[in-house]
Amino acid sequence: MSSNELPSSELPSAAPRTDQVGTEQAIQPSVTRPAGGVAERRERPSGGWALLGSEISVMFRRWRTWAMLGALAAIPLLIAIAVRVTGGSSRGPAFLSEITSNGLFVAFTALVVCVPLFLPLTIGVVAGDTIAGEASHGTLRYLVIAPAGRLRLLAVKYAGSAVFCIAAALVVGLAGALIGMLLFPIGPVTLLSGIQVSMGEAYFRLLLIALYIVVSLLGLCAIGLFLSTLTDVPVGAMAATAVLAVVSQVLDQLPQLEGLHPWLFSHYWLGFGDFLRDPISWDSFGDNALLQLGYIVVFGALAVGRFTTKDILS
Amino acid sequence: MTDAAIATSGLTKRFRSRAVVDGLDLNVPRGSVFGFLGPNGSGKTTTIRMLLGLVSPSAGSIRVLGEAMPDRGARVLPRVGALVEGPAFAPYLSGTANLMRRDTADRYAPGATRRARVEAALERVGLSHAAGKHVRAYSLGMKQRLGIAGALLTDRDLLVLDEPTNGLDPQGTREVRALVRSLADEGTTVFVSSHLLAEIEQVCTHAAIMRTGRLVAQGSLDELRSASGPRVAVETPDAAQAVGVLSRLGLDPVVTGNGVEASLGDDAPAAEELSAALVGHGVRLRGFAVRSSSLEERFVELTGEGFDVEQ
Repeated sequence: MSSNELPSSELPSAAPRTDQVGTEQAIQPSVTRPAGGVAERRERPSGGWALLGSEISVMFRRWRTWAMLGALAAIPLLIAIAVRVTGGSSRGPAFLSEITSNGLFVAFTALVVCVPLFLPLTIGVVAGDTIAGEASHGTLRYLVIAPAGRLRLLAVKYAGSAVFCIAAALVVGLAGALIGMLLFPIGPVTLLSGIQVSMGEAYFRLLLIALYIVVSLLGLCAIGLFLSTLTDVPVGAMAATAVLAVVSQVLDQLPQLEGLHPWLFSHYWLGFGDFLRDPISWDSFGDNALLQLGYIVVFGALAVGRFTTKDILS
Repeated sequence: MTDAAIATSGLTKRFRSRAVVDGLDLNVPRGSVFGFLGPNGSGKTTTIRMLLGLVSPSAGSIRVLGEAMPDRGARVLPRVGALVEGPAFAPYLSGTANLMRRDTADRYAPGATRRARVEAALERVGLSHAAGKHVRAYSLGMKQRLGIAGALLTDRDLLVLDEPTNGLDPQGTREVRALVRSLADEGTTVFVSSHLLAEIEQVCTHAAIMRTGRLVAQGSLDELRSASGPRVAVETPDAAQAVGVLSRLGLDPVVTGNGVEASLGDDAPAAEELSAALVGHGVRLRGFAVRSSSLEERFVELTGEGFDVEQ
């Protein structure tokens, strides 16, 4: 047995070895340790919130996130400018004709326009990217062996895409309110039930509608998360998620499938008009929330079932 | 077995019906620098993925640092630093940001010292100057260094380094070897895989050799060297005759460029008998030598030569 080989039984793992002195020792990089003898490892695991913070901060450091939010903000801008230039028209999406008399309706119109396609598209990108994006970069294996914990990683990824939903809905609403304020007169808002409410009340209703839309998109987020666990190609999961959002809305238009309609995740997407009545009707919000919760439970469970047993080969 | 850093028994992974790893009984002593050798495609990386809980075994059991994997991964993995199948980072983040992100995933890594630990790891692999650059702008060698830094974010009891010298220049390769040595000196067990024996032969205390999913040899370097015994090399223009003579003496000779070679088992005739027999049968000798085989020869002997990936 040569000098550089010790049987393991004689070698307590903590004892430094001194028997290996090679010529390369001379160029050994300087060994640095954090100063002050800080503990390098916690005794007990932390709550794990740092990963969520990191997830959100990384998302908002990506150029792509800002490009999507910018594109969403451009929609109320385009609507407002078009109405301003052409003087408005009685045709078009809901609330469009109200804009010239009250700028706040730019926000409502923009939300109506964004819900069917633009918001699902951006959510598809974010939710479809959650796991597949990490897999395509190869970073998924390093997160899993860190160890992030597969369940916790899914939860963090889902929470991250939910945060993006909030940001997206708020961006459309706020950009609409701002540009409406700049280009049109603003004042008390006449609700769908004919009652006028103050500006402050109208802003509150706008926030409620943004909340309604965020809740509406949570089911789609869960679908995207599940699809993202199926592939290492993020574009595939993104496209599939966005396509499903469109398919669901198309099915919702077919009278022959009426029995299916209440189960489609997009069924209540445009039901936020209830928040522009007086008194506020919470019926469709409640139905919607319950439906979305169902989708979260089902697709969340599928994602967990898939991801916790998946061989990570990326 | 409690003092083994890694111990597997009957470890098998089948993809569809093909066994990529087949009945592996690996035993990595604590405190060793363990070379995990084998040609490309011999199942090294799949084995490493199973050790780290990325891939679930089809059969067999794994113990890492005395605990069962993958069941106890949440406890074991914080003590294991790893580089698996090349470094991987988010290209749109800086080196520092990538390591910070990875560190937040480890619930045993204290947040208060996160920045200091990341900076120390970067300095240890000589990347401090590029810490703020986007990883997109890193060279292959820099990414490899960053990958090694990622394995050193906290004090580790076990380091698993899969092909750590990939993409590094000779200077970088020497630095990695020196790093492995200094880590081993601190008491860390280092499990390092490579398809190039020469890259790691100088730092290893133990090694295992894989071939087409099976373990063909395992032990301390001396055990591996002695297992194959000495070889006789005969330099002669009469190679065919020499093969005949040596075969009759119970050896298994192969023709080489300028003669014949054969390995000498324990019951082989003495060297002087061999040379006498050769000369007696009219084989013209230009050279005759008995030498102990190098680990390199042993490696080639066990895994075959050339670039063919065996399936």
